[in-house]
Amino acid sequence: MRYLIGIFLLLLLVLHQDNWFWEDDTLVFGFIPMGLFYHACISVAASVTWFLATKFAWPRALSDGEEASQQGANI
Amino acid sequence: MTQLVIIVAYLCLLLLLGLGASLLFRGTSKDYLLASHSIGPFLLLMSLFGTTMTAFALVGSSGEAFKEGIGVYGMLASSSGIIHSLCFFVLGIKLWSWGHRFGYTTQIQFFRDRLQNDGIGLLLFPIIVGLVIPYLLIGVISSGVVIQSMTGGAFPELFPTSNPGTHGGVPPWIGSLVICCIVLTYVFFGGMRGTAWANAFQTIVFMVLGIVAFYVIAMKLGGQPSFLENLRLCSDAVSHEKITRIDMSKTKFLTYLLIPLSVGMFPHLFQHWLTAKSASSFKLPIVAHPVFIMIVWVPCVLIGIWATTSLVPGKPPLPRISGTDIVNANAVLPFLVKTQTSAVLGGFLTAGILAAIMSSLDSQFLCLGTIFTGDIVGHYVGNDRLTDRKKIWMARGFITAIVAVTYGLSLLPQRSVFGMGVWCFSGFASLFPLVLAAVYWKRLTAAGAYASILTMIVTWLFLFRQSGFGQDRAFTVDIPVGGVTYETMPVLTIFLASAVALVAVSLVTRPPNEQTLARFFGAK
Repeated sequence: MRYLIGIFLLLLLVLHQDNWFWEDDTLVFGFIPMGLFYHACISVAASVTWFLATKFAWPRALSDGEEASQQGANI
Repeated sequence: MTQLVIIVAYLCLLLLLGLGASLLFRGTSKDYLLASHSIGPFLLLMSLFGTTMTAFALVGSSGEAFKEGIGVYGMLASSSGIIHSLCFFVLGIKLWSWGHRFGYTTQIQFFRDRLQNDGIGLLLFPIIVGLVIPYLLIGVISSGVVIQSMTGGAFPELFPTSNPGTHGGVPPWIGSLVICCIVLTYVFFGGMRGTAWANAFQTIVFMVLGIVAFYVIAMKLGGQPSFLENLRLCSDAVSHEKITRIDMSKTKFLTYLLIPLSVGMFPHLFQHWLTAKSASSFKLPIVAHPVFIMIVWVPCVLIGIWATTSLVPGKPPLPRISGTDIVNANAVLPFLVKTQTSAVLGGFLTAGILAAIMSSLDSQFLCLGTIFTGDIVGHYVGNDRLTDRKKIWMARGFITAIVAVTYGLSLLPQRSVFGMGVWCFSGFASLFPLVLAAVYWKRLTAAGAYASILTMIVTWLFLFRQSGFGQDRAFTVDIPVGGVTYETMPVLTIFLASAVALVAVSLVTRPPNEQTLARFFGAK
């Protein structure tokens, strides 16, 4: 899953360079310029990717260490 | 005058919040500087977001969209959504974990410990302070501009100017001074807890009021009863150049991707990371940060491009840069808020803009005080020889000195908020290879770190000089390949030079000792 999330991130960075919409003057919903709309979608896609990262690629060793340190503090 | 009353009331409320936080102060320097590692997910999200969203985000983004069009969103906002969270995930959690375990309060402590080298702190200290000051200047200058634009007409006899947009407004030297004093006061008494509370409160204020401003300005400019109809009218009136990126270089856009990496080396963000209660506290900021950026930037960019249209009334005219006929892009947003909304709403919206500015200034002030106290005085005089009380007062003294220097610099002739920010961020972004290597590359040596930092600063200074010390805002490093010239942002050259120096020198110098590596990365 970690590799898949890494691939999603790389894909996001590649999709960020949207040469295909560079001169597109379409107004999505009649008011958002295509270039702005596309990049707003990139922002949403970034949040989704990071959500997946925190669900499936969260550093396991760190969580254990964190628990241990909290137990230590309680003692 | 109504705006002024609301602004003053808001600033008083902020002071009360800072003083309220000081009631929870436990009297230790750890509490003053790191809020005793007590910040949970929501406060961490709001304080990280509030800190990264500066005047650069609100005033700079609308101003830059006014000049360059919608491309500014892709250049900085969507890229930041990906890369800021990447820095929180890849660096923030790891550094929090080590900071928690080894008791760091500053970045320099981490580098000294990780590289087992004392001098690295002396080299990093002036560079970090030198790069944070322009960042502080962005906020201080913008706050003066915003207050003057918003109070225009309030005191025509006391503060006359030749510009109708600012005539009678509180002059920037007073506005900036007041903002510096307010932030200084709540940082002074509230420390990191006060800063985190104020950041959370201010982030909510500027996000909510930003959306309200967007709605009201769209309704006023469009003049139709339907909101959607007004949005369509406003965007329809924008020129082809502003709703596309026809005038923007593709390679410049691509190389801008490196700028948000600066977040990995911002000393004030490092300090905010250390305030987290647990590693899990990072989850919410990592996920929500890109969408929060979108919520703030999309309306600002739209307002910026709408300001270029004939829908904006000719009278009063858009504010000009003093002594020229060039529109002051930094004043576009406050000008529209003032002329297109009611006095009461205008006052609240100004408070929102000031909130965004102050929520960054506070963290930066506090972190500089922390670095000075912990890394210079405490380190060389001996931390055990200084009481906590002394450390806190030293931090406060240094913060006051830095605020005084920054305020003095803000009185010099103005530069573009956006242009200044880009140079400052380029410096921090080019130190990213250093922090990444320190966290993940066991072969990094102190000599490699020195080489990287020195190469960064020499290349940065050389290119900054080439750009006429930032005067040439369109400055790029041009790379000719096969008869075509590719424009790149200076950050690419500085970043690559710094990374190559780091790797090359590390590989030819003696590897770090096993004991240190075992402490950070575990036994082999």
